[in-house]
Amino acid sequence: MGALASYLRSIGRSVLSLADGLAVTFSYLLRRPVTLQYPDRTPEPVVKGLPERSRGFLEVDLDLCTGCGACDRVCPIDCIALEVVKDAAQGRLIRRFDIDLGKCMFCGLCVEACPTGAIRHSHEFEGGTGDVRNLVVPFVDAPRPPAKAKQEPPPAPKPLGAILRARMPGPWDPPRPSSPAQGGDHAA
Amino acid sequence: MEQLVDRLAAHWQLGPWGQELLAAAAILGVAALVFVVALTYAGVITWIERRVAGRTQSRIGPNRVGPFGFLQWLADGIKMILKEDVIPAQADRPMFRLAPYAVMLGVFSAFVTVPFGSLLIGADLNVGVLFLLAITSLVVVGVLMAGWASNNKWSLLGGIRSAAQIVSYELPAGLAVMVVVLGAGSLSLQDIIRAQGGAPWNWFVFRDPFCLVAFFLYFTAAVAEGNRTPFDLPEAESELVAGYNTEYSGIRFGGFFLGEFANVYLLSAIATSLFLGGWQIPGVTPAAQADSVLLQLAGFAVFFAKAWALVFVVIWLRWTLPRLRVDQLMGLCYRYLIPLAFVCLLGTSALLLLVTPGSGADLALRLGTTALGGAGLLAFAWRVRHHIRRVGDRVSLDVLQRGARGVFDPALQARRYGAFRRGQEER
Repeated sequence: MGALASYLRSIGRSVLSLADGLAVTFSYLLRRPVTLQYPDRTPEPVVKGLPERSRGFLEVDLDLCTGCGACDRVCPIDCIALEVVKDAAQGRLIRRFDIDLGKCMFCGLCVEACPTGAIRHSHEFEGGTGDVRNLVVPFVDAPRPPAKAKQEPPPAPKPLGAILRARMPGPWDPPRPSSPAQGGDHAA
Repeated sequence: MEQLVDRLAAHWQLGPWGQELLAAAAILGVAALVFVVALTYAGVITWIERRVAGRTQSRIGPNRVGPFGFLQWLADGIKMILKEDVIPAQADRPMFRLAPYAVMLGVFSAFVTVPFGSLLIGADLNVGVLFLLAITSLVVVGVLMAGWASNNKWSLLGGIRSAAQIVSYELPAGLAVMVVVLGAGSLSLQDIIRAQGGAPWNWFVFRDPFCLVAFFLYFTAAVAEGNRTPFDLPEAESELVAGYNTEYSGIRFGGFFLGEFANVYLLSAIATSLFLGGWQIPGVTPAAQADSVLLQLAGFAVFFAKAWALVFVVIWLRWTLPRLRVDQLMGLCYRYLIPLAFVCLLGTSALLLLVTPGSGADLALRLGTTALGGAGLLAFAWRVRHHIRRVGDRVSLDVLQRGARGVFDPALQARRYGAFRRGQEER
């Protein structure tokens, strides 16, 4: 009798626990999903909700850059290409300031080394593009004189990421033509 | 279908050769139609499966291709056809190529005897149920072939497990079907449906308590035969990579995949025909339904609704239960399902002898069993309500516990954590 009773009890227990398990999962079918539908149906762009100190792609504000080259020297993987030339008429000129977003490992050493805060992490992180060469972002269009170390009055701070956004290629842009001024094929 | 062919032949005044040709064309046409319908159903089930899985896990599921992601299954199908079809170097090539067809043959031939409406059926065989049990066994052959031909120990283990499982679960499934056959006195699926009625208490599932149990036994055994979770040991990904279809890719994998999902509809449709009154509409006799096109369509809709409700249950079951162990699987079959199936068979036989069909006692038994089933559903709904109220209508995955201002809010965390702890203590 004991064996039969335990046999029947185990059937009853399994049926009840099974039904309750089904009730739990069914209750989830009646709840709203928690998914945030990144990228196109988030309540606000994800970039805006990131923590203050999150490290996105690097950007350079050339109104602050003195062309000292500290960032270039400290970068452990050489993702920064900085070229300063001496011109007879105009003195020192920053001819090239490229950052390879594909190589950058977001260590932040360049940001620490920069004496004027010209290079900084933006919150941008969506850099998908059809050609890897497009990930080399040039910040200098034409040779320009470097900024003074102390400026009076200091230039107005630019909104985070604005400089970079203006220069990032779109996902379907053709590869950027590499001009001789920018030192040829940087990605190679 | 035969009547239609005869009528058309008479209309066109065809000779004997013409009649044969017409019959052949009709058979091919119906076969193609049933195949296409089965494939479509299998595809749609994959979409439902992924939507239900998503919602069970508080996700959304496919939502990009078409409205609610409905066309996802078409996109997946196209992807599968375009993929490379890899055959391992050491595989037994002919067997490897043949195996998916054996699986598909076993599942899709079964669709021949499965009704869609009172006249919508490929062929109403007088041995319908036996044909179903026999032809679906072909799946074992295909799975074993795939496991052996892959020349891979995981595949072989998966194939052997599948064979053991399907052969074992044929027994309770067959016995549970016999309970219905006893009541209907026929093996033809259409006759079995005609022996039932439109109202729930005229369905075989609520004819007596033993039939109610037999329904669940059949359903469990059929899910196990279909290698569905929680009985998906043959392709247990945590143990056997993907079991018998580890080495398959592209459209050959698609063959197994479609076979498995078509099988889900198949078992639901068979359960609907055997236990849930099939295409019967309350208050309409089968003869009246056969005469009117409108009632035909209504019958199709009724069958469709019941079968797809069961499909949903199969999917829902999959996303609820963890996989069984091999010994548990066999224990469930031989220690529980088979003895219970025998008890049901004996009980129904005894009741058939004791209670005259159509008598007051018969009606009381039917109504009592229906009330039992209804009470079970109500209790279930109450439990669902309880679970929703306990957690709320949304699960919080906001691990940073950020409040409305987007910064860490200790008060909010305390409130949420307190609610969670109270919920734990309630249990």
